[in-house]
Amino acid sequence: MWLIDSSIGRKLIMSITGAMLVLFLLFHSIMNFVAIINPYAYDAICAFLGANWYALVATSGLAAGFVIHILYAFFLSLQNMRARGNDRYAVTSKQKGVSWASQNMLILGAVILGFLALHLFQFWSKMQLVELMHKAGAHSDEEAVRLAAKGAHWVQYYFSQPVYSILYIVWLVALWYHLTHGVWSSLQSLGLNNKKWLPRVKSISNVIATIIILLFIAIPVCGLLEAGPLFSPNSTYHPFPNL
Amino acid sequence: MEKNINITLKIWRQAGPKVKGKFETYKLDNISTDSSFLEMLDVLNEKLVRERKEPIAFDHDCREGICGMCGLYINGHPHGLDGETTTCQLHMRRFKDGDTITVEPWRSTGFPVIKDLVVNRGAFDKIIQAGGYVSVNTGGIPDGNAIPVPKHQAEEAMDAASCIGCGACVAACKNGSAMLFVAAKVSQFALLPQGQVERAARAKAMVSKMDELGFGNCTNTGACEAECPKAISISHIARLNREYLSAKFKD
Repeated sequence: MWLIDSSIGRKLIMSITGAMLVLFLLFHSIMNFVAIINPYAYDAICAFLGANWYALVATSGLAAGFVIHILYAFFLSLQNMRARGNDRYAVTSKQKGVSWASQNMLILGAVILGFLALHLFQFWSKMQLVELMHKAGAHSDEEAVRLAAKGAHWVQYYFSQPVYSILYIVWLVALWYHLTHGVWSSLQSLGLNNKKWLPRVKSISNVIATIIILLFIAIPVCGLLEAGPLFSPNSTYHPFPNL
Repeated sequence: MEKNINITLKIWRQAGPKVKGKFETYKLDNISTDSSFLEMLDVLNEKLVRERKEPIAFDHDCREGICGMCGLYINGHPHGLDGETTTCQLHMRRFKDGDTITVEPWRSTGFPVIKDLVVNRGAFDKIIQAGGYVSVNTGGIPDGNAIPVPKHQAEEAMDAASCIGCGACVAACKNGSAMLFVAAKVSQFALLPQGQVERAARAKAMVSKMDELGFGNCTNTGACEAECPKAISISHIARLNREYLSAKFKD
């Protein structure tokens, strides 16, 4: 199978799954930004994306994308280390135009993966998973089920704690570095590049990466500053406004 | 302006492919700054021979930057600090009195060390044998301008063809990937009418040979382009990806 046996095939898998994840991040970041503007609208989005068939299909596709991207990353890195050989250079130096991120994608990826585990535990396991378990008939706490679709509640709960805001900012910075190389690199692996477009694609990719991260980072920053309708001390948000 | 400098050299010595190598330190006095790096190594070797020691083995041939034979990893850079030059074009005027210069061979699984600073770059020849050529029917001499070639394509192909196959791309790459070399060799034919017949087969054969010989996967760091003595652009790598993927999707 050439997608596994050939280096360009492996890179194709890496770039397609990577591009998929970039699109997901773009969607996720725009969705999150709503939470700052209007918490109730965010809850409506969360209710829309609960344990419905379409959300579950998208989630499984996404999970598959993540798993393949990560497995291939280790697979490729292992091969690359083997190709480099046992004897390392005594003196190494930085080349001009070689970004730090591009040489540390695996490490950045591992950092991102570690935080992803925390993120899934904090949000996914309290939202979609709870609904899923509930629908499957497992015994679940009534309060937990009612809060499962209240995304803004969980955002408010975690990001009012400065320690989580700071952790998420660290995570997002790592993600930004990963994306600054990842976005244009996936296009290069797909062959969508030429001499004239190389610098343009690089800057477009940086812009995309920066937009995604700025949208994401707005939440922990608002949490730290206690700003906006969700985090300000006199926030009127309540997960169940009608009670 | 000529002047003489004293330098210390840390050079990788390895008696054979299977022997464990190590760095040896040599002091060299009164080296003219007008001499080239390889001439400096010649001076050192003459000194070693006079002392009845084993001279240092290193590759070199034309000494004018076109054959692709020389290749030393000097102070952390393939071909030394200067951009767009080969090792033989590096001069001692780039070093200061009292400098310590570390000289290593290319290090990569695809290029095993033969002796000291000489590595076996036969893998590149095998990749070329796999498809880096154009089959021509012999016969009468074709007319000079019988096949028109657009100027920008001719220039792009010429840029790719300036690759001398020295292996600096592999040496610089953290993944030991030969993609820049293969990309240049595939591009120079893919851009020209003469290369069209074997276009798809060439890309597939050369890439699969490259993978088979143990070179790594390209992660687009761009270190190869930065160190290439002929400044081959990584946009050729994108072209190779395109050539390979479209050949595979056609199958």
